Amino acid sequence: MNKPKTTKAKPAPAPGIKFSIDGRECLARAGQTILEAAKDNGIYIPSLCAYDGLKPAGSCRICTVRVGGRHQAACTFPVSDGMSVESAVPDLEDMRKAVVEMLFVEGNHMCPTCEKSGNCELQALAYRFQMLVPRFPYLFPKKDVEPAGTKLLMEQNRCVKCLRCARGIRTADNKAVFGSLHRSRKKKMFVDLGLASALSERWARTAMDRCPVGCILRKEVGFAVPIGRRKYDQAPIGSDIEKPRS
Amino acid sequence: MSKPVIATASLAGCFGCHMSILDIDERILQLVELVEFNKSPVDDIKTITKPVDVGLIEGGCCNSENVEVLRSFRKNCKVLISLGECAIMGGLPAMRNGIPIRECLEEAYYRSPTIDPSDARIMPNDEDLPIILDKVYPNHEIVPVDYYLPGCPPSADLIWKALVALLEGKPLDLSYGLLKFD
Repeated sequence: MNKPKTTKAKPAPAPGIKFSIDGRECLARAGQTILEAAKDNGIYIPSLCAYDGLKPAGSCRICTVRVGGRHQAACTFPVSDGMSVESAVPDLEDMRKAVVEMLFVEGNHMCPTCEKSGNCELQALAYRFQMLVPRFPYLFPKKDVEPAGTKLLMEQNRCVKCLRCARGIRTADNKAVFGSLHRSRKKKMFVDLGLASALSERWARTAMDRCPVGCILRKEVGFAVPIGRRKYDQAPIGSDIEKPRS
Repeated sequence: MSKPVIATASLAGCFGCHMSILDIDERILQLVELVEFNKSPVDDIKTITKPVDVGLIEGGCCNSENVEVLRSFRKNCKVLISLGECAIMGGLPAMRNGIPIRECLEEAYYRSPTIDPSDARIMPNDEDLPIILDKVYPNHEIVPVDYYLPGCPPSADLIWKALVALLEGKPLDLSYGLLKFD
């Protein structure tokens, strides 16, 4: 059985690239993306679809930074020597908040009823950005809860199309369990029921844990961790990465 | 100087947010010293009788009566606050928003497990009843709203800090952990 990949596989070459984020001098290794390099330098760039060990998708654009006056997704854009990156500047931070707000109105995110509440990355970003109310009108789209084999279910109301499941959940013989259907507004994630049923208990858990929101859920469990002890109850998302400015 | 006047109402909500107001514990004695309550389930005054400084609205709008109460609050309150998830985004009542209204009513009055199959099918339809809306609306989609206090319910600390900040005319310090959607 293949193991969940959560750590970087290769031994790291010495960081030889000099670049800067918001004027802070940073070091990076060749081939690193801005997001990875920022993390290594103790700088948190808010992101949602990015996941350690998975190929970047650049689908959510929350990690958008400015390089040479142009907007780029930090999770896909490689660092280069002498590069100057803008990240924690008011207009980019407001744009990130706007993207989070869009995701909230595009789905049906009923936090009080959600098993992932307190451990949800979308919610944690909203907390970090102090979103009190989305600036956009709620769409209340009609979506369903769908079966996803014997172990999982898919709450389509909460899907943010980050593609983490499609990128990262595979069977022992390397078949993708999740995929996407259609494009643009009609885009939705779907699951192969047979392959999902055949997932081991550990991989079923991994599928649920990798989903940043409460879309992919392990059946018959939920609300296991009490309020106050959940992942984002005490400290904001990203605070494990951030080093205080010296 | 007369005390600032506070009014509260629960629209399509569960009164949980009002419970959270009471949950400020002994600080409620301080609150009563600081402010005067007008229309509110807390003192059972039914309609607004004087100009209100701060109006707190729990719940969104699911029927015509909710809209009427909300509009009267907007008209009479200097500052209007949406209190809790239902007021801000419709909350649990808004889970019916994707379902046609007839289907919702039939589920409740024709197909509910507690209905005796031998009974006649009766759907409430009286002119004295408020008309149910096509969907549950967040309050700011009906009238302009000044502030939002999220939570299900918003914590007593958040409500207290927000009221104190408003009365003192200072910005609200939203330290991490005060802002919660659940």
